[in-house]
Amino acid sequence: MKKNFLSKVTGLALVGTLAVSGLTACGSSASSSDVASTGEDAVEASSEAAGFRTLDEIKESGTINIGVFSDKSPFGFVDENGEYAGYDVYFAERIGQDLGVEINYVSTEAANRIEYLQTGKVDIILANFTVTEERAQEVDFALPYMNVALGVVSPDSAVVESLDDIGADDQIIVISGTTAETYLTKNYPDIKLQKYDAYAEAKTAFENGNGVAWANDNTEVIAFSLENEGYTVGIPSLGDQDTIAPAVTKGNETLLNWLNEEIETLGAENFFHAVYEATLLDTYGADYEDTLVLEGGK
Amino acid sequence: MASLGIDVLFKGTNFLRLLQGLWVSIEISLISVVLSILLGLIVGVLMTINNKILHAILKVYLETVRIMPQMVLLFIVYFGTTRVFGWDMSAEASAIFVFTFWGTAEMGDLVRGSIKSIPVIQFESALALGMDKIQTYFYIILPQTVRRLIPLSINLITRMIKTTSLVMMIGIVEVLKVAQQIIEANRKVSPNAAFGVFLVVFLLYFIVCWPISRLATYLEKRWA
Repeated sequence: MKKNFLSKVTGLALVGTLAVSGLTACGSSASSSDVASTGEDAVEASSEAAGFRTLDEIKESGTINIGVFSDKSPFGFVDENGEYAGYDVYFAERIGQDLGVEINYVSTEAANRIEYLQTGKVDIILANFTVTEERAQEVDFALPYMNVALGVVSPDSAVVESLDDIGADDQIIVISGTTAETYLTKNYPDIKLQKYDAYAEAKTAFENGNGVAWANDNTEVIAFSLENEGYTVGIPSLGDQDTIAPAVTKGNETLLNWLNEEIETLGAENFFHAVYEATLLDTYGADYEDTLVLEGGK
Repeated sequence: MASLGIDVLFKGTNFLRLLQGLWVSIEISLISVVLSILLGLIVGVLMTINNKILHAILKVYLETVRIMPQMVLLFIVYFGTTRVFGWDMSAEASAIFVFTFWGTAEMGDLVRGSIKSIPVIQFESALALGMDKIQTYFYIILPQTVRRLIPLSINLITRMIKTTSLVMMIGIVEVLKVAQQIIEANRKVSPNAAFGVFLVVFLLYFIVCWPISRLATYLEKRWA
């Protein structure tokens, strides 16, 4: 009974695959038999089966697969000519150039970045990937190249520069489910929060003066204050400083080490400041360059 | 018109990219639909056969497809097979496999329902005329079934076309993803572009699905 079902599924798989004509080479039979083997070989076998490619393998193939966002302007997006662009992509281009390989961009979503690395379907993820402890158990992060923190924006007439200034009856606007909400609930339980589900709702409420300030990722509030007259980011960086870093498949040490060296070398020429000026300046202005950019991994 | 933000579609190669994205959606859904119809006819006939084991297997298959969201199936096939078996199936092949897997189950159930709705007297008369089982199916039952199937399957086909938007989760850039890219790339210069761009996407889906629906009406009338 089980056999019937399986053979049917396999049959369907074959039909489906054949239909696309390119029956993709199935990761070679060698690697699938490696999966079955256990014991001392396990580590080596899994590296092969999971399919991550070492630095030499990437160079040999002449192409590197880099996962980027295709709809998160200004970090990773596609411009009107169909070319990938943005802060992350600028860095990716440099990686390709220094490795001497072509780049194959893969359009990723926030939810599938880890899957892509764990299955070796991309070599590097450069998609505004915030370093967290949970993620570090699943993938290997290289040195960071950007800072992120929370920020608080308020009207020019009453700039909030410290959360201790918040009065007992004042409310701060947050978007539900964001790090801003978690952080304020945990560290400032006395401050009243006004929660909204969507960015647009929070924005309208804030513009209508429903709260004295609005807390969100600092990139978001900075962009807001620059796009809208009459608002100032009184607290540009609040709470734990998080960083954004490239990530590779867990255990892919050759590529990880190369990336770390690359980021250190690029630090010497102030590469990421140049990237900021080329890609983020329009959105965040020159004032925040040193807040956001991380050079040489430090 | 400018307030709708449709003008962003005429920047650079944006509109061409949108059409290319549409073609990706059509290609995946068309191949899946054709395979689903063919395999669904077979599965549907199998579903009507009185065999407990076969019945149980097909029941499990149908229920699996009904319960599992297509997104989960896509993840299982695209990422799961690489993890477990080390196969490196391309994103397009995975998408076509998942949509065929889904479409076959639903199509099969529609075929089963249509066959069951044909009066027993049709079977009995055919057998009385000396036809064997295969002849009965080919000349008597299936032609009547197909006619009843048309409106039902159109529903499934258009649903499959629209559901292809999920393939963006496994990295395929189809029409909806291109639309999001265009909207985001112009977030600053044209904040209202979302409305105009999605309106155009709606029209594109309509242009694809409408002829199918017309064809169905035509066939229904012709074969009635």
